[in-house]
Amino acid sequence: MVGKAVTDPADLAKFREVQQLAYAAAQSVAQTLEPGVTEKQAARRIREYLLDRGVQDWFHTPFAWFGDRTAFRGFRTPLQFFPTHRRLAEGMAFILDCAPVRQGYVADIGYAGCLGTNQICEQLRDDLREYRTLIVTRVNERVPLRQIYRDVDALIARQGYDNRHRVYPGRVIAHQLSKVHSRLPKLVAAGFGLRSVQTLVGDLIVERMHHRSPLWADGELSNHPATPGLWAVEPHIAFRDVGVKFEEILVVTTTGAAYWLDDDLPHVRRWQRRVAA
Amino acid sequence: MARNVTSTDGVPLRIYESGVPGAPTVVCLHGYPDDHTVWDGVAAELAARYHLVCYDTRGAGESGVPGHRQAYRLGQLAEDLTMVIDAVSPERPVHLLAHDWGSIQAWHALSGPWLGDRVRSFTSISGPCLDHASHWLRARLRRPTPRALRELITQLVSSWYIGLFQLPLLPELLWRARLAQRVLAAAHGARSPAVADAIHGLQLYRANMLGHLANPSPGTIDVPVQVLVPTRDPFVSRSLQTDITRWVPNLAIRELPGDHWLPRSHPHTVARCVSELIDNAEGGPEARTLRRARATGRQPRRFADTLVVITGAGSGIGRATALEFAEQGAEVVVTDIEAQTAERTAQLASVLGPPASAYPVDVSDGGAVEKFGRVLLEKHGIPDIVINNAGIGMAGPFFDTTVADWERIIDVNLWGVIHGCRVLGGLLVAGGAGGTIVNIASAAAYLPTRALPAYTTTKAAVLALSQCLRGELAEAGVGVVAICPGFVDTNIVSTTRFVGLDAAEERTVRRRVSEQYHRRSFPPRRAAQEILRAVARNTAIAPITVEAKAGLLASRLTPGLLRALARANPTFR
Repeated sequence: MVGKAVTDPADLAKFREVQQLAYAAAQSVAQTLEPGVTEKQAARRIREYLLDRGVQDWFHTPFAWFGDRTAFRGFRTPLQFFPTHRRLAEGMAFILDCAPVRQGYVADIGYAGCLGTNQICEQLRDDLREYRTLIVTRVNERVPLRQIYRDVDALIARQGYDNRHRVYPGRVIAHQLSKVHSRLPKLVAAGFGLRSVQTLVGDLIVERMHHRSPLWADGELSNHPATPGLWAVEPHIAFRDVGVKFEEILVVTTTGAAYWLDDDLPHVRRWQRRVAA
Repeated sequence: MARNVTSTDGVPLRIYESGVPGAPTVVCLHGYPDDHTVWDGVAAELAARYHLVCYDTRGAGESGVPGHRQAYRLGQLAEDLTMVIDAVSPERPVHLLAHDWGSIQAWHALSGPWLGDRVRSFTSISGPCLDHASHWLRARLRRPTPRALRELITQLVSSWYIGLFQLPLLPELLWRARLAQRVLAAAHGARSPAVADAIHGLQLYRANMLGHLANPSPGTIDVPVQVLVPTRDPFVSRSLQTDITRWVPNLAIRELPGDHWLPRSHPHTVARCVSELIDNAEGGPEARTLRRARATGRQPRRFADTLVVITGAGSGIGRATALEFAEQGAEVVVTDIEAQTAERTAQLASVLGPPASAYPVDVSDGGAVEKFGRVLLEKHGIPDIVINNAGIGMAGPFFDTTVADWERIIDVNLWGVIHGCRVLGGLLVAGGAGGTIVNIASAAAYLPTRALPAYTTTKAAVLALSQCLRGELAEAGVGVVAICPGFVDTNIVSTTRFVGLDAAEERTVRRRVSEQYHRRSFPPRRAAQEILRAVARNTAIAPITVEAKAGLLASRLTPGLLRALARANPTFR
């Protein structure tokens, strides 16, 4: 069964709840991270946190990247995204990324931080703010997704950073999310939940027939304005050996208007604090 | 104002005072064969801020000439110095500035019981402490590693005259026959001494050399000391003067381009170094250059306490180079025609290294560059490395290139570099402490093509200018490096003018060429790392990418082939 564009307010509220839960997981695990902890341990903590709170399935299992792995330096194969035995040290940047499914509602979030202080990481996290504004503004203007991708690239170049979302499979900056309805077993294969992948593959097929894609990249297939529904948008930028990202749900209504599902998120609160200070 | 001070053994010493009464006192000691006039240039500069005291040491100039050799012993010379200090600054500690034999005297006086806390700082030029020198010799004889032997032999060869001076009569004859003067004339900045001074001064060597070398007794010197080492000193080697940290804990070492008579040839530079040390010793802030000189051991960051200026640093290779230098500890000052982009570079550089600054400058505007140069000097000081990076592209047939097109690209690519070398490079050369000018040329400079006649012409000119300047500035100790990048993934194409195309065609072509650059995907950061390496090695011509290297080789081996390839016509469409 293929996911349909989610626009129902009740559904949106449920998606917001799951997204809040996922960010709460990332934030609370981030606070527990100590020098010497490995990526695998961090990922397991997120997993346990979420399972304890009613998460039944995964769009993808939790990821944790430490140090220069936050910038995906030297990544050649998708297997390298999976958590390793890399240990966290003082001043090291990290990214926690998880995508839980609860009662068919999915969230996919990314949370960047550092242990102690890391000047580069702080600067990058401040600079992420412009991407959030740029993306929602351009989607609202019905600009083709491919063009927005290029605008993001131009902003990255202006800021003096590297585009790291192009390392993700398919070079995607975002992908569509929808409710997961499936009779398949709750199986996780290669880090991705079977049911979610089934939903995404269904979307892929349907969209492909319309010469569109539920994946947002810089190719010909993304040369169309955003289709209605939910998009998990994840600009990922890096400077030197530090990468940061946020990932959250962008709602595109049937009229094409776009807004971020939730503004009460850690990175947004951080920017508000910085502006206030 | 000149007057006499009588030393402890009755020999009159002539002292010359100038400058600001009440300001910190600087006592200057000349070497052999000289008199106080060796300091004329330096004193003229220092007199504006300090109380200057130069004196003729015994046997030289207007001072008395003692009758026997023992009166030239270092102990007596130290007493002379003490008497002078007592006479000119009885209350306040003084700063010493000494050259050659003057340094030997000052070192001796500082390591013995004479001066106590009467001295607040000491700048030594080309004169080692004899006790340190003796240790230096013995250490190398004890552990004759190849390097130690090389240093030893080099120094012994340089010191041939010391042996000669121990002989009776012959040195006197050589001076009287004016043969010694001829040898001396080969050294830059040397002045033919009065024959009497030269002959009296021989006693310095005869009374002190053998005794001190045989029985060294070095003491610890606690005052701040800086050693100015001329890079082309034919008499005193670097390691003989600088391998002394165990006796001089507070030591700064500066290598300055120049010959043995640095005070005469580079008075401005000597005066600047001396005032930096004095001001710091008097409680002022430590100048960046002094901090760098003080660094002992290996630096964790290669370009720490270095001032680097980069034009066109708002993007591409310029920005990457600024960031790379900042990461290696340099203070970078970036300029760009677009203020915002320069400021962004400075912001990123400040994250990686010391606080950086940005200025909007149009390099094609000579007046603007001159104005920036004045601000740079006033706010940041003398640059150590100047990188003329700003440039634009232009492609398309010669006959489609209008006069306005030519003027534009020559203004930016050639005049921009000329102004940069003239004004910013000028500051560096005038600073007298050496440094590097880097001009970003292009592999196009040696790869002719019908596709880029205007661009190639300007870049070939930049390469030629760099090589001429390199020849001219070698004696000033300033390196000139020409960088020939090749295809580096920057935004140069987006500012390239494609002549002979309308706006829409130009946009399409720009995007297509841009994509090709992107596919080549040679990141600006790698180019920047190559530039740092070229600066460290003072490479004359540094091609960066493989195609730039192959092109340079081909331009030397098979220029005919390149001329044939120049006929190839990429239409860009």
